[in-house]
Amino acid sequence: MALVRMEGVVKRFGALEVLKSIDLSVEPGEIVAVIGRSGSGKSTMLRCVNGLEPVQEGLIEVAGINVTAPGADLNALRARVGMVFQSFNLFPHLNVERNIMLALKLVRKTPKAEAQDIAVRMLEKVGLGDKRLAYPDELSGGQQQRVAIARSLAMEPTLMLFDEITSALDPELVGDVLRVLEGLAGEGMTMMLVTHEMSFARNVADRLVFMHEGRIHEDGPARETLTDPQTAELQSFLNAVLH
Amino acid sequence: MIREFASADVFYLLLAARWTIGLALVAAIGGGLLGLLIALARILPFAPLNWLAIGYINIIQGTPLLGQLFVFFFGLPLLGFPVGAWTAAAISLSLYASAFLGEIWRGALQSVAKRQWEAGAALGLTYRQRFTHVVIPQAVRISIAPTVGFLVQLVKNTSLTALIGFVELTRASQIITAATFAPLTVYLTAAAIYFVICFTLSQLSRVLERRLHGAR
Repeated sequence: MALVRMEGVVKRFGALEVLKSIDLSVEPGEIVAVIGRSGSGKSTMLRCVNGLEPVQEGLIEVAGINVTAPGADLNALRARVGMVFQSFNLFPHLNVERNIMLALKLVRKTPKAEAQDIAVRMLEKVGLGDKRLAYPDELSGGQQQRVAIARSLAMEPTLMLFDEITSALDPELVGDVLRVLEGLAGEGMTMMLVTHEMSFARNVADRLVFMHEGRIHEDGPARETLTDPQTAELQSFLNAVLH
Repeated sequence: MIREFASADVFYLLLAARWTIGLALVAAIGGGLLGLLIALARILPFAPLNWLAIGYINIIQGTPLLGQLFVFFFGLPLLGFPVGAWTAAAISLSLYASAFLGEIWRGALQSVAKRQWEAGAALGLTYRQRFTHVVIPQAVRISIAPTVGFLVQLVKNTSLTALIGFVELTRASQIITAATFAPLTVYLTAAAIYFVICFTLSQLSRVLERRLHGAR
């Protein structure tokens, strides 16, 4: 059974139709790279998956939970769907460890000692075991982003959403973050990532979704689709980003 | 008969300053509690409540404090509620403070980036948890300086209550001036006392800000 199922999803901001009937299924363990020009709706689509953006039409089901149903328990869903943002969004008033522990304690009701163990484990996993007590503003962008990933992973998500998580980083810091993602891919984590890292999409993603003007314009195996685009739009997009 | 300004007068001024501090304290606490409600009424997603709060803030901020003092001191007795100067002063300064503090805190709450709300939501925190564990701690830090800044204004504004006969530092200065005919000495002494109160407050704010910054 698909982990994510979107059927006829329409999203409007006022009169502007940002998503025009999106159909997409993601199987467990699949890694889907979503690419497209700015304004093509790729981030919005991702944000609809965990209900950060309410949709006007269509159905979204994640791990058997109907996201679009009125009164859906979105908080319960989000506790199982991790999301990492372009701008990290760590909590500036909490140190790294407590950033990770907050949702464990409040949402999962994990006892403090256990939450702390989890935080330490997650930080080691992203290569920041020594930054446990640092505050976000003492870390580089790349380190902050890895903490944000660790914070999401601590909740043991069944699906991870990554929204252009390397776009705000200095080029030399991107590699560290991508390596963490590769590690996750190796563990079989289901992931949807909006990205501009084409070589990463080619090498790590199973599948590539190209969005254009609010629609899924191409959808296929990542390597093949990037090597041999079927539409002029994807061809011209790739020409634009690869040069 | 005119007498010399003496150390007993300084003592009298210091005693009167207790009422300045007391009134400011009551207004800060009363205004603070009411201000919290005002701030919440401004930001909760319920339009009629927002309008009510905005209307209240506009009326209080858009009219002179002295006028508000008169309304309560002279108006309440007309409505059958005889009030003394202390009660009228406490009520009107509390309302006055609530409108300003409410707006300061509303601003602080709203200045916490929307992304922080989102980050909390994405982790499965409920609206209330996002508010209490993510937004409020950040808003508190932002609001310390403007809050203390307003409290300093509040201390100085208690002097207006002299006009309804409430004996605090300014009214006491008037009384001593009438007896000693040494306005400059008397009012300079009073000013020095105001300064000590206000300076202490702003130093307190510094310490508080530094400490909260240490803990982020």
